[in-house]
Amino acid sequence: MSDQDTISPSLAAQVLAEFEKDWRKELRRSMPVKERMKGGRRPMPQRAPGERNKDFAEVNLGLGAEEAVAEARRCLDCAKPGCIAGCPVRIDIPSFVKLVEKGEFAAAAAKVREANSLPAVCGRVCPQESQCEEKCALRKATGVAVGIGNLERFVSDYERREGGAVVSDLPPSTGRKVAVVGAGPSGMTVAGELARAGHRVTIFEALHDAGGVLVYGIPEFRLPKSILVAEISYLRRLGVEFRMNFIVGKTATIDDLRADGYEVFFIGSGAGLPNFMKVPGENLVGVYSANEYLTRVNLMRAYDFPRYDTPVFPGRRAAVIGGGNVAIDSVRTAKRLGAERALIIYRRSRVEMPARVEEVHHAEEEGIEFHFLTVPTRYIGDEHGRVKAMECLRMELGEPDASGRRRPVPVPGSEFTAEVDLVVVAIGQSPNPLIPQTTPGLKVGKWGTIDVDWETMATSLPGVYAGGDIARGGATVILAMGDARTAAAAMDRRLKQGSAG
Amino acid sequence: MPRVVRRERLVPNIHLLEVEAPEIARKCLPGQFVIVMPDAHGERIPLTIADWDRERGTVTSVFMAVGTTTRKLALLKAGDTVPIFAGPLGRPSEIGSVGTVLCAGGCFGIAAIHPLARAFKAAGNRVVILVDVKADYLLYWRDKLEAIADEFVVSSRDGLYGGTDFVPRHVRDILAREKVDRIVAVGCTYLMSSIAEATRPSGVRTMVCLNPIMVDGTGMCGACRVTVDGQTKFACVDGPDFDGHLVDWAELYARRKSYFDDEVRSLCAWEEERFP
Repeated sequence: MSDQDTISPSLAAQVLAEFEKDWRKELRRSMPVKERMKGGRRPMPQRAPGERNKDFAEVNLGLGAEEAVAEARRCLDCAKPGCIAGCPVRIDIPSFVKLVEKGEFAAAAAKVREANSLPAVCGRVCPQESQCEEKCALRKATGVAVGIGNLERFVSDYERREGGAVVSDLPPSTGRKVAVVGAGPSGMTVAGELARAGHRVTIFEALHDAGGVLVYGIPEFRLPKSILVAEISYLRRLGVEFRMNFIVGKTATIDDLRADGYEVFFIGSGAGLPNFMKVPGENLVGVYSANEYLTRVNLMRAYDFPRYDTPVFPGRRAAVIGGGNVAIDSVRTAKRLGAERALIIYRRSRVEMPARVEEVHHAEEEGIEFHFLTVPTRYIGDEHGRVKAMECLRMELGEPDASGRRRPVPVPGSEFTAEVDLVVVAIGQSPNPLIPQTTPGLKVGKWGTIDVDWETMATSLPGVYAGGDIARGGATVILAMGDARTAAAAMDRRLKQGSAG
Repeated sequence: MPRVVRRERLVPNIHLLEVEAPEIARKCLPGQFVIVMPDAHGERIPLTIADWDRERGTVTSVFMAVGTTTRKLALLKAGDTVPIFAGPLGRPSEIGSVGTVLCAGGCFGIAAIHPLARAFKAAGNRVVILVDVKADYLLYWRDKLEAIADEFVVSSRDGLYGGTDFVPRHVRDILAREKVDRIVAVGCTYLMSSIAEATRPSGVRTMVCLNPIMVDGTGMCGACRVTVDGQTKFACVDGPDFDGHLVDWAELYARRKSYFDDEVRSLCAWEEERFP
């Protein structure tokens, strides 16, 4: 795993060179630091809670140009910026923010794209508050960081409205064939990087739409599909080929692809195996894994049933088990599908919730009820095998566990029963075993993750790399993309060494 | 997109679909399935692979037209394309040289039993094929199956094939008559559960090829979970074949019917749109 606190000497030198450019100096001089620190963050315009919780249109509307420039002015343009080290893909954040301040939005977008091939996605779904914005000097000084995520979203939306990212200066094709398994965040990043290096990249995707978790998992109201379509079209313009409905491990194995002339491989097959709690009644009708619930609604568009053929239970009283982003996405989806009451059931307390702060806040505004320190112990069905209630137990926080969070322990005698007709289990996923099972010699760790050398993301098999949730076991979009950047660099080196020798 | 080579009605409501899918044709084994989606608005459904031609690169499935998806599939013509025809999925059936194997199929399972019977025969077993039809005119692939079977038995409810009894009776008769070492059953949940019940007293290993509701078919969603021997299994990656004596049939029936009302609504909406 790349070190979260430092950036490489070469990147530091590039960042410094940008910092010392005359226009940056001028911009710094144009407004005193004290002035920049005045006033708070420009708020993200958003739709009213009572309106947006009834449909699937996007919640956040994005900053306008004037607001974006004003927000960019808040950035102090530090000599030693912390934000870059807080970013898993190492975007030169001050440079792009200062380009926004100067009004050069297209150049700002291009600057972001140097390090991040999915900026419109990351501007919307990254947990900035625990990454770049956490390290922001302004946050340390005033308590409120520069809205880096909002600015990233602004420049990438600007770029898309202006006709999309420009494909320029592609090197001559090397003709070397690269196979990427999975069209999720890590796979798309590797594909983009290696296509730009001149290699022939094919992405093999098991589902019928590209995007991985971005298309089946994250709902339209947080990440509109049109944004993903634009990013995929950019990859196609770079020359990336997509093979959809192709299940590597089943339709063809890694060895089959090698025989077809593919030289290097990236496995980004994700954490596609839902975990259940193994409590009685979990297989009752109306109890879903979050993966199934969200896939039905997002990928299969069950929210538009019967115009689309895939149904989903609307649920009158919906309970979602878990406290991560997937749980919050599920419960807000249930509300939008018409649930009168939509509850989060989480075994720890609010501060331990891994979900993005903004999503929790949005969920509360939309009328989601949070029940902390509670776990389901049993689901109760009616005569048709359909869930009608759940039995729960209250918890209290004990000593910290391995994750550093205080471990929830049951309160004896605190059982109670709640009426529910829809349950979504969102307690995490395990790595998808399809590829490890069908790839002899591929070393796998205790939890089913593929073992990698974190410096290069190389697996135990020569020429085969892996990253994202299949190596991490369940993390974020941006960490997957960071892995992908590391892997792409190593894969490019390998191909170039190979051709030299 | 995968191209339809052939789509024909075998008997009323039961259709054959042959699709160009060279990679799947090269890899598939008896007992595996494909995930099919008929059009861009469609639902993803699993269909058991009934036959394949590795040289021509085609895969054949047989299905019954019941809901929106299968009715859409039943309207396909040669030369049409389907957006999704993905596979081969699921674990292949365990085929071995065990002695005498009774292969039982009903409905679409008459076709689905075909590659299993062929593989068991090739592995040196005596193969008895039992097919279940509601009436004589619903029998298809008789020639294909008779060419494989050491003995071919038809269970029909209209009496033309010499009996009005249901398939469990035939299973019990065969078990009483000769030593059977393995039973495999493919068809509707009712057929499979009733065969499993019929063979339970004898304890003969009875494999059933389950067909729960699926979405992705690759282990990602868990829609297809079934309880087998008290453990939750995903039919798409742990199955679809399981020991019929260990399956929680009541749960499977309930889960199969999860969307019954929605399925009717979907079909009505589609019919109104297509046949106003």
